[in-house]
Amino acid sequence: MQRIKPKVCGNHCTRIEHLDVTLDDNHILEDISFHLYCGELLTIIGKNGAGKSTLMKALLGEIPYKGKIVFEDMRDGKKSKIKIGYVPQQLIFDKNTPTTVYDFFASCISKKPVWLFKDKKIYQKIKEELSRFQAEDLIEQCMGDLSGGELQRVLLSVATCPMPNLLLLDEPISGIDRSGTMHFYEMLDELKKKYDLSILMISHDLDLVYEYSDRVLLLDKTVEVEGKPEEVYRTEMFRETFGDGWQTFSLRKATGEAEKERGEKNADI
Amino acid sequence: MQIFDYEFVRNAFAAIMLITPLFGLIGTMIVNNKLAFFSDALGHSAITGIALGVILGVSNTTFSMVLFGIVFALLLNWIKYRGKAGAETIISVFASCGLAIGLAVLSSGGNFSKYNALLIGDILSITKGELVGLLCVFLVTVVFWLCCFNQLHFVSINPSLAQSKGISVRLYDNLFVVLLAVIVMLSIRWVGLLIINALLILPAAAARNVARNMRSYHLLSVLFAIVCGVGGLLLSCRTDIATGPMIVLLASAVFFLTLCKKR
Repeated sequence: MQRIKPKVCGNHCTRIEHLDVTLDDNHILEDISFHLYCGELLTIIGKNGAGKSTLMKALLGEIPYKGKIVFEDMRDGKKSKIKIGYVPQQLIFDKNTPTTVYDFFASCISKKPVWLFKDKKIYQKIKEELSRFQAEDLIEQCMGDLSGGELQRVLLSVATCPMPNLLLLDEPISGIDRSGTMHFYEMLDELKKKYDLSILMISHDLDLVYEYSDRVLLLDKTVEVEGKPEEVYRTEMFRETFGDGWQTFSLRKATGEAEKERGEKNADI
Repeated sequence: MQIFDYEFVRNAFAAIMLITPLFGLIGTMIVNNKLAFFSDALGHSAITGIALGVILGVSNTTFSMVLFGIVFALLLNWIKYRGKAGAETIISVFASCGLAIGLAVLSSGGNFSKYNALLIGDILSITKGELVGLLCVFLVTVVFWLCCFNQLHFVSINPSLAQSKGISVRLYDNLFVVLLAVIVMLSIRWVGLLIINALLILPAAAARNVARNMRSYHLLSVLFAIVCGVGGLLLSCRTDIATGPMIVLLASAVFFLTLCKKR
């Protein structure tokens, strides 16, 4: 994939401060604090039941929480309302619903009733938005007929229209084949480099997380470890959670990268 | 046609022309949101609403029925949002309990026969004043559909996604069930408690079998509802069978035909 010159300003920061969630007397998340800068992909990993999806729900405002979610311009410290884009894990809906990608998209971005007529301007706008993820040909397709990969591209288009400050992805590639998963991660990489946004993702694909994430956060009710993938993957907590296999993987990766770097230096000499 | 010489037939025809497109329109969202069970429970609660009116000594039981319907719909929604397992069972318990209270109150003293019309409906007895009421509901529904359908549609596909786009999921969901409650309560006397749900569901379910997008879905649903409504009224006048069941029979036939043609 061709390298894209980053357009991000690096001056915007989403701060999650002392986030605490208790549901039905069950303390699910405890004192979660972390920062997320524009142009950055932060992946949340953790075992099942660690509170990853609850964190996502809290960020979306679906469940009550204590603490603060602040979007701030670091140059002048000005706080503004955060725009959130969201790609769910699965789109659970009746596949027989007679709704096309246009109907779905237009419902989100337009006030003109989609049951009454199709608006040419909106149609064109949706087509342009979809083309960002090579999904423009799907505009007339029924939502229920889309494959897992196609649906994720449509959802990504919807989530990024208008372009959010923070893009939340809840295991967005579950049920998609390996090549589709790779393609999805490449799209995310392109997105974060092209636009001024932060991406927060929950994922179980530890190899691709290692490859594409700028930072990784290991969650187990609270933030256990946070840092660059190569740092997090070597911690004791990570080994306890995911086993020895993944640590070996990270070491191999690190060695491979080191060798690659050495090769590049030698070539320069 | 000779039957239109009678005022009550003309009134019934006007009522059909108001109720059926209304049901065709709102039925699309009931089917989308899988609310068939919900609207059924709502229909049954009409009896409780009337009983409540009788207990409180309200002269116009339509008022107590609508009020109770709104409270009941919001209560059912609240149960749904509590997200506990077995919400359907709880809704069923509430609906059955409400129905039993209603039947117990209305049948005390052996007086239930005067409420029989409520069960199967009696569209031929609708008056001009009541038609005006239906017209108001019709206009409100169309305006609501023009203003809020996109949000309702987005919420019906994925509430979390809608929430992330700043759409108040609870607000739109509550607005929809309140509208549904008002429509059900105001039309139940003419359509009948036993078949109102069939009329709400069948045209939309039939349209869903053949429609490809939201426009054709709505167009076909409304069209099926009107055709079955008018056809049912004419056939019932000729065969002396109650109008409501006749409309449902026609709508069922349309549903099975479209099922054969399913895309």
